Amino acid sequence: MGDATPNATSEPANLAPALPNGIVAVVKRDCPTCVLVGPVLAQLQGSGAEVTVVSQDDPAFPEGCTSITDDTGLALSWHHDIETVPTLLRVVDGTETDRIVGWSRDQWQAFTGDDTLGAELPDHRPGCGSLSVDPNLTPALEAKFGGSGLAARRVEFAQLEDPVEAMYERGWTDGFPVVPPTVERVQAMLAGTTRAPSDIVTVVPPDLIEATVEKIAINAVMAGCRPEYLPVVIAGLEAICTDEFNMHGALATTMSVGPLFVVNGPIRNQLDMNSGMNAMGQGNRANSTIGRAIALVVRNVGGGRPGGVDRATHGQPGKYGLCFAELEETSPWEPLATSMSADIEPGTNAITAFCADGAQCIVDQLSREPDSLARSLGAALRSAHHHKLVIAFDAMLVIGPEHMRVFAEAGWDRAKAVEMINLYSESTGSELVRGAGGIAEGLPFDLGDQRVAKCRPGGLLTVHAGGGAGLFSMLIPGWVSGDGGSSPVTVPIGT
Amino acid sequence: MTNLTVLDPTNETKPAKREVTERTGAINGMTIGLLDISKARGDVFLNRVEELLTERGAKVKRYSKPTFTKPAPVDLRHEIAENCEAVIEALAD
Repeated sequence: MGDATPNATSEPANLAPALPNGIVAVVKRDCPTCVLVGPVLAQLQGSGAEVTVVSQDDPAFPEGCTSITDDTGLALSWHHDIETVPTLLRVVDGTETDRIVGWSRDQWQAFTGDDTLGAELPDHRPGCGSLSVDPNLTPALEAKFGGSGLAARRVEFAQLEDPVEAMYERGWTDGFPVVPPTVERVQAMLAGTTRAPSDIVTVVPPDLIEATVEKIAINAVMAGCRPEYLPVVIAGLEAICTDEFNMHGALATTMSVGPLFVVNGPIRNQLDMNSGMNAMGQGNRANSTIGRAIALVVRNVGGGRPGGVDRATHGQPGKYGLCFAELEETSPWEPLATSMSADIEPGTNAITAFCADGAQCIVDQLSREPDSLARSLGAALRSAHHHKLVIAFDAMLVIGPEHMRVFAEAGWDRAKAVEMINLYSESTGSELVRGAGGIAEGLPFDLGDQRVAKCRPGGLLTVHAGGGAGLFSMLIPGWVSGDGGSSPVTVPIGT
Repeated sequence: MTNLTVLDPTNETKPAKREVTERTGAINGMTIGLLDISKARGDVFLNRVEELLTERGAKVKRYSKPTFTKPAPVDLRHEIAENCEAVIEALAD
């Protein structure tokens, strides 16, 4: 029965079924040799010999036997390392002392002490593979009986294969090397969450595949995460796998966007995340690997790959996975997560996903008044994607500490700063229409004297992060905003 | 030394083993592995296949599985893949 699946058994999954004393014969109907020896086993049981017949695929087989033990769950076969059927085990005081496999009349007669056995059968027939070593069934059996509790398919590398190269060949990486996700490493990763490995976290685009905690943990190992990062990775996936965020569209678009993540709450410090110098750059393990793990899940579980559903014309380095923490300690404003969702109190662990294009630096080293700085930021904002395209795109400003100090000292809160930056991002309608300024690109209609801000209401996000020196902020243009594209999503980080 | 086993990070909708490579379309000058799965008389069949391939200019390497009841060991598969451009597996009885 090639399509047999391991069935549930009544005994605890990880307990090896005890072997009865005497001879234990393990058979399956799907094996011609077992069919051949069926009458021999019936003859043995009929003679009163202490023989237990164990059937792997059909508890009614072999016909003629008076008592057949059902091992369709394969617990006995798995735990007692049955590799071939038929196998005869000799069991004394519950312990196996000898075994033979296949059919050999001489061996069977010697093993049972019955020299009348199988006179009419051929001298010798090899056996067949035990269902408990069927490659189609072993992953499920390993998960059920192996003690690891992990259900993912096992992939074995050859001794001469370099594991890192082997993972490249299988298309599992983002272009950088990945850590081999061994059972031991994945189990260690799973210790970072209270959730069960089999819990389904979300459905990952574009292939709409259910991602379990275990699959996410496997990819987190590969990305280089520590176990305590796992809840952040899980929350990030929950954020992007929503209709609002629209990860499928973010992949499929020819624009260069990818998910960017900002972390709020005490977990930032518990994970030693960087919110200061070079926060958006390389060098910090949590920053570097959390976003990467999320991107690997989208690639490996969701099936979103460049050249496949991912159709970006250029892409940008943030697509490897960009994640950083907000510098809450010195921020005069409430955390980003709280500004995004009234349900999230300051001090709560939360992650915000923003569909982001590449970042660029806004230089203003002279503004010491908030109005002047807001004008600089507004002008920079206007340039995002194309200065004649408005309302269509959200944007994020990552305001550095030296710029933030200008707003803080003037008593500007986030609402005031955003209001003024939006004001100074405005253009006049007649400047935006197609053909204006000698540029074909632009709005399809002429709004005349009407002033139009760059972003839709609520479409400008502000974050406080960066090193203590440098009168700079970062502009991160978003993708198409709202229902036709993506909206930022903030979710709490669980445990 | 046991081989490294890892957990599949993908959605497992594709086979774990690598895809079958493109058909070669030619024999002359190729290195072709003949894999005997250790069923009775597989060698008879493969001996004849070897004759025919050699006549046509192929170089032949012979391999055999330890037992037909199990998949070929991963190291054997790797060795064949490294050394041969094509493989013929004999299913005789």
